Amino acid sequence: MTATDVVRDATAPGPMAPRPFRVVARRQDTHDTATLDLIPLYGEQAKWRSGQFMMLYAFGVGEIAVSISGGALPGEPLRHTIRDVGAVSHALVSSQVGDVIGVRGPFGTSWDAMDAVGGDVMFIAGGIGLAPLRPSILEAMRRRGEFRHVILLYGSRPGEGFLFTDEIEDWERNHGFTVHQGVRAGLAAVTSAPTFDPDHLLTLACGPDIMMEVAAKTLVGKGVPADKVRLSMERSMHCGIGLCGHCQMREAFLCVDGPVFNYDQLIPLLATEEL
Amino acid sequence: MRTMGLAGLDELVAALGRAGYEVYGPRARDGAIVLAPIAGVADLPHGVGDTQDAAFYRLRDRGDAKVFGYSTAVQGLKPVLFPAHELLWKARKTPIGFDVEDADATPPKPRAFLGARDCDLRALAVHDTVLASREFADKAYGQRREGVFVVAVTCSDPCGTCFCVSQGGSPKPQEGYDLALTELLDGDGHRFLVEVGSERGAEILAEVTTTDAPPTDTAAADAVVAEATASMGRTLDTSDLHDVMYAAADSPHWDEVAARCLACTNCTLVCPTCFCTSVEDTTDLTKSMTERHRVWDSCFGSRFSYIHGGVVRESGKSRYRQWITHKLAGYQDQFGLSGCVGCGRCITWCPAAIDITAEAAALRAGLTTGATDALETAGETR
Repeated sequence: MTATDVVRDATAPGPMAPRPFRVVARRQDTHDTATLDLIPLYGEQAKWRSGQFMMLYAFGVGEIAVSISGGALPGEPLRHTIRDVGAVSHALVSSQVGDVIGVRGPFGTSWDAMDAVGGDVMFIAGGIGLAPLRPSILEAMRRRGEFRHVILLYGSRPGEGFLFTDEIEDWERNHGFTVHQGVRAGLAAVTSAPTFDPDHLLTLACGPDIMMEVAAKTLVGKGVPADKVRLSMERSMHCGIGLCGHCQMREAFLCVDGPVFNYDQLIPLLATEEL
Repeated sequence: MRTMGLAGLDELVAALGRAGYEVYGPRARDGAIVLAPIAGVADLPHGVGDTQDAAFYRLRDRGDAKVFGYSTAVQGLKPVLFPAHELLWKARKTPIGFDVEDADATPPKPRAFLGARDCDLRALAVHDTVLASREFADKAYGQRREGVFVVAVTCSDPCGTCFCVSQGGSPKPQEGYDLALTELLDGDGHRFLVEVGSERGAEILAEVTTTDAPPTDTAAADAVVAEATASMGRTLDTSDLHDVMYAAADSPHWDEVAARCLACTNCTLVCPTCFCTSVEDTTDLTKSMTERHRVWDSCFGSRFSYIHGGVVRESGKSRYRQWITHKLAGYQDQFGLSGCVGCGRCITWCPAAIDITAEAAALRAGLTTGATDALETAGETR
């Protein structure tokens, strides 16, 4: 019985208590999306890995799970890109430089893009899904020479707009990324290209469930091993630490077993509607 | 082994009180057996039995003097050790931001539970695993759990919805108790056979008037267990159950259950292993003080799976499937144990008489008539 272990740290702040962080920079990315840079009011900056998420708290409004969109090198500010879709995200997007919000985390699994070193890496983003991929994209950019092809496929719904457009241009122009961006950006452009080598490709995808599933199925159909396609899943989260039960998909707690999964783990889970 | 009379039981409650415990025990209240603080034997349900079946619960007069003559209480230990509502922290606005203060970390007065059954103890072990054995733990649960003293009792009269034996349980408490009692009432009088499960149990028992148990008492206790084991109201076929549940994910039977299920959440409230919660924030009118509370939630609620843009489990069938599949299969992958202890409470308290044992059997039957290869597929994808 390990209840005793729990009691031992009775005076330490629990994992459910947010730390106050100050907004030190804010950028409006699209009409409904903004990026915040955050530093802690007290203590050390959080340490995170690309692909992980935080629970962000707007004082007196509530808390939501948001992936980290900032690079994970020491010294980089904690960065979150938030889309205004509900009461809490609205309050967070509306915060200004100097405001203080609460942060818990980081939580969850990471992209581990460096597993692709020596081969090709492809990022597939749908809408706001580009934000959680950005930390890994930055890793690939910094160590560009260690990869062969680096591909970014970035689709967006009509009228939704595109994130990080200045950076995407830089990645394409100065770092040799192959970029397919557009409202109708599709996988065909990539899979039909002569550079496509299914045996040496790691794919990281983030977007709506259906987009990720179609992309994963298509790639597997073209000979990419299912465990070389990674998807970042999203469900309701209240705790971020595997206790509240909201984010379960059958046997998976998305918050601690995910959010990043290898597609082979997800095949049976995505096969059933409303799971 | 030792034997004591009703007066000894009273001494036991008093000894626990002197040792600093708040003693909880069964009480007959509002037509049901509930777990509540007790001061002595006088508070116990003398001569009260129960009749339980799907969507049916009534207390009955046993016509004898037994104090543990009912089967399962309405709820297990969950409401006491994992309360339905709990303050997590408070935050106050300050000139530079806000300060967060964890809820009062003073350990509560330790609790002693008199009358816990084997299903209650196995449910407690499930909660220990879920809430206190993983990387992140529920701190308040750990604090309340730490000092718990358990006086378990052998079930003598399982009810119509009991199926603990199918789930590896027994009318006789197996582990996790400090003292275990078997109530005996026959020509030799009203007495309790006492087994010691821990050092603390032995220390408390030393303060109680007991005598050496004669062999006839141990034989009588064994007979109680044997008779109770043979009188389970229901059974659940657990062979390959994990794979059966996963393979049945697209069974047409879910529509049939959904047509009856009211999504009232009763089953999740009485289930001693259900652990899902939500957080709720309350803010004062000046917007300078705010509190976060953890409250029980239920996977049957329409907002449980809400994320921006909609609800993941929109249909009733997907919510029932989530609950029963989690209980009978998901827990095994997550925690290495079943999420069901066979207490039968979800059957008794379902207003629509939905029966976990019957639904599992129907899902299994649907597979064997329809698609055995689906079962094999589920086994492979694990």
